[in-house]
Amino acid sequence: MSATFVGMPPFPAAAREKLADAQLRRNLAHATSTIRARRAALVAEVEASVDGGWEALRVAGAEAKDTALRSLDRQLLRLEETLTANGATVHWARDAAQANAIVAALVRAHGADEVIKVKSMVTQEIGLNEALAAEGIAAWETDLAELIVQLGDDLPSHILVPAIHRNRAEIREIFLRAMGEVGRGAPADLTDAPAVLAAAAREHLREKFLRARVGVSGANFAVAETGTLVVVESEGNGRMCLTLPEVLISVVGIEKVVATWDDLDPLLRLLPRSSTGERMNPYTSMWSGVTPGDGPREVHVVLLDNGRTRALADEVGRQALRCIRCSACLNVCPVYERTGGHAYGSVYPGPIGAILNPLLRGVGHSDQIDALPYASTLCGACFEACPVRIDIPRILVDQRAKIVDAHRGGLPTPEAVAMRTAATGLGSARRLAGGERFTRLGLWFARRVGAPAWTSARDLPPAPAESFRRWWKRTDGGRR
Amino acid sequence: MRVALMVTCINDALFPRTGQAVVALLRRLGVDVEFPAAQTCCAQPMINTGYLDEAVPVLRAFVEAFAGYDAVVTPSASCAGCARHQHAIVARRAGDPALRAAADAVSPRVYELSEFLVDRLGVTDVGAYYPHTVTYHPTCHSLRMLGVGDRPRRLLEQVRGLTLLELPGAAECCGFGGTFAVKNADTSIAIGTDKARQVRNTGAEVLVAGDNSCLTHIGGLLSRQRAGVRTVHLAEVLAATA
Ligand code: SF4
Repeated sequence: MSATFVGMPPFPAAAREKLADAQLRRNLAHATSTIRARRAALVAEVEASVDGGWEALRVAGAEAKDTALRSLDRQLLRLEETLTANGATVHWARDAAQANAIVAALVRAHGADEVIKVKSMVTQEIGLNEALAAEGIAAWETDLAELIVQLGDDLPSHILVPAIHRNRAEIREIFLRAMGEVGRGAPADLTDAPAVLAAAAREHLREKFLRARVGVSGANFAVAETGTLVVVESEGNGRMCLTLPEVLISVVGIEKVVATWDDLDPLLRLLPRSSTGERMNPYTSMWSGVTPGDGPREVHVVLLDNGRTRALADEVGRQALRCIRCSACLNVCPVYERTGGHAYGSVYPGPIGAILNPLLRGVGHSDQIDALPYASTLCGACFEACPVRIDIPRILVDQRAKIVDAHRGGLPTPEAVAMRTAATGLGSARRLAGGERFTRLGLWFARRVGAPAWTSARDLPPAPAESFRRWWKRTDGGRR
Repeated sequence: MRVALMVTCINDALFPRTGQAVVALLRRLGVDVEFPAAQTCCAQPMINTGYLDEAVPVLRAFVEAFAGYDAVVTPSASCAGCARHQHAIVARRAGDPALRAAADAVSPRVYELSEFLVDRLGVTDVGAYYPHTVTYHPTCHSLRMLGVGDRPRRLLEQVRGLTLLELPGAAECCGFGGTFAVKNADTSIAIGTDKARQVRNTGAEVLVAGDNSCLTHIGGLLSRQRAGVRTVHLAEVLAATA
C-alpha cells in the first residue's frame, strides 16, 4: 500500500479540494449527524441516571488520565514490572523508526512474512505497515473499515470510521477489484448490500486469521497495577488477532497507561458512548501477559514515545495526552464535517489532530503542521463533547502563539505587519485621536488583507456615515 | 453603579446603530451608561491569531479605559469572552504583575448585554416592540465560552409583536471564526452556507444574534444570495419601541 500523507498541502488548499467533493460532503454530513444524535441520546441518559450526571463522569475520566500522566515515569516502570512478571517482554521505543525496527525484528525472528493487525491508531502514526512492507513483511488490516482503506490503496479519514468518506457502491468496487490480489477474492455476484459486503470481508479475512502466526495490536489502555492491556472494538476481528496467533506484539503509546484497574471504570463508560454512541462496545479484550494453553505463547509490548514527552512538557498542551481517541470532537466539528479527515494530512484529523500533530512534532518547521491549529473556528463544540475535558480551543490558541513566536525574527508576513501596526495604533490610542485611528486602520486591513477572500461569496455591509464614537461626541451620547 | 459601554471595534466602525441601541435600551431601564473614549479593542483578533506580544499594548489600553467601573457592558459575547477568559493569558505573557492585577480587576466585571440585563438588572421584559418574524442564532462564544444559556431567548420572548421561529441546528457554528473567515475562506463559506440555508428554511424575515461579527458573515452570505432575510443585532430588537 503506497498511499501516504507525506507531501500533503497545508489545510486551506487541501480543504478547498475536498469541499468540492459533493459525495464526500453528503457522506460526512449524514455520518456525523447520525453519530451526534446517538451520542447525545446516551449522554442524556447518563445525565438522568448517574450521580452528578455526565459532567461527573467526564471529571472522573480526566482525573484517571491525569493521575497517570502526573506520575508517568513511575507508572511506566510499574507497568514494565507487572507486564514482565506476567510473562510479557517489554521494549522501549523513542520514535517511529525504533518501534518499527523492533516489530520487524520480532516478526523476522519468528520466520514470518506476514502479520494480522487489530485496528490501531498508533501503528498508523508510526507508519508500521509501510516499514514492514519495506522488510518484505505483509501487514493485513482486519478491521472492516481499515480493510476497505487498505484494499482501496487509500488513506483513513476518521479515527473510528476510517472509511467514512466511502459509500457502499464504492466499497463494492474496491472489494471486486482488490480482494483477489491479496487473498481470497470477492464473489463475482457481490452486491452493495451491507450484509453481503460484510460476508465477503469475513471470508477474505478468515483465511488470514487461520494462517497468521504473528498478531499486531495497539491498546486503548494499559493498566500499570496489573500489567493488563485493553483493546475495545466492535467487530470481534480484533479479538481474533489477539487470541489466534502464536505471537502478539502490541505497540502502545506511553500516554495509554492508567494507574489502577479502577481507573478503567469511568473511561470504559465514557469511550463507547462518545465514540460509537453505544452504552457498551461489543468486544472488550483484556490480557495480562502470557497464559499457558490460552492465546499467544509470546507477548511483546513496545512502549512508544514519538513526541509524547515533548507534548507532556507543554504546560497548556499536555492535557491532550488524556485523549482516548473516541473521535467525538471530529463528529461535532463544523470544519471536519465539511472537509473530512484527509485535509488534515495526518492519521489524527479533526480538532484532536489540529492540536496533537503540532504537540507531538513541534511547530515552526512545516507549513503543513503550522496550518493545523488555524483550521478551527474556535467554536468550542469539541471541548464540550470531549469525554476527558480536553480544552481544545485553549490549546489551539496557545499553539497559534507558539507558531507566531517560532517565526518571529524572520521576514514578516503581511499579517504580522498588520498585527504589529494595529497593536501600536490601539495601544497608543489614548494619546492619539482616540479610536478613530483604529477605525481607519481596521478598514485598511479589511481592504488590503481580507477583502478578496471575504467578498468571493459574502457581501460586505455598507459603511455607516459616521462611527459610533463620532456620533457619541457629536450628540453627547444621544442627549442632544 | 457606574456602567461603561464597551462598544467593540467592529461596532464602532461598522455598526454604530448597535451601540446606539445599547445606549437607548440601558437609559430606558434607568442606567446612565458612559462611553470611555479611550477604548479601542479587546485584543481578540491578535490573541486568536497567535500575536500575544502585539496583544499586550492593546490590553494595557483596555484596562486603562475601563478601570474603576462597576460593570462594563458589551453587545458582543465574543469580546466579553475574550476579556473574561483570555486577558489573563496576555497579562501573564507580559510578565507585568501590575497589568495582571488590573486585568483581573476588570475581567469579571465585563458582561455581555443579555447577561447584564437578566443577571445584573434582573429584567427579561425590557418593554420592546418589534412586529417581525424572527429566528435567533446563539453564537458559539455566547453558548460555550460565556454560557449565557437561554437569557437572549427569554428576552426575545417578552418582546411585543415578535414571532420567534425555531432555528434547526441553532447551536452549530456559523463558520465565521475571526481571522478563520479569511485564512480558511473556503471552509468558512461552506459552513456559513449551511447555516444560511437553515435560516432561510425557517421562513423568518429577520435573523437575530448577539454578535455583529457572526451576523456580518451569515448576513453577507444571505445578501449575496438575495435571500431577503435581514440580520439585526439583539440590542436593536430590544431597543425598538412602538
Ligand atoms: S480529544 Fe477528546 S473528543 Fe477528541 S478524540 Fe480525544 S478524547 Fe475524544
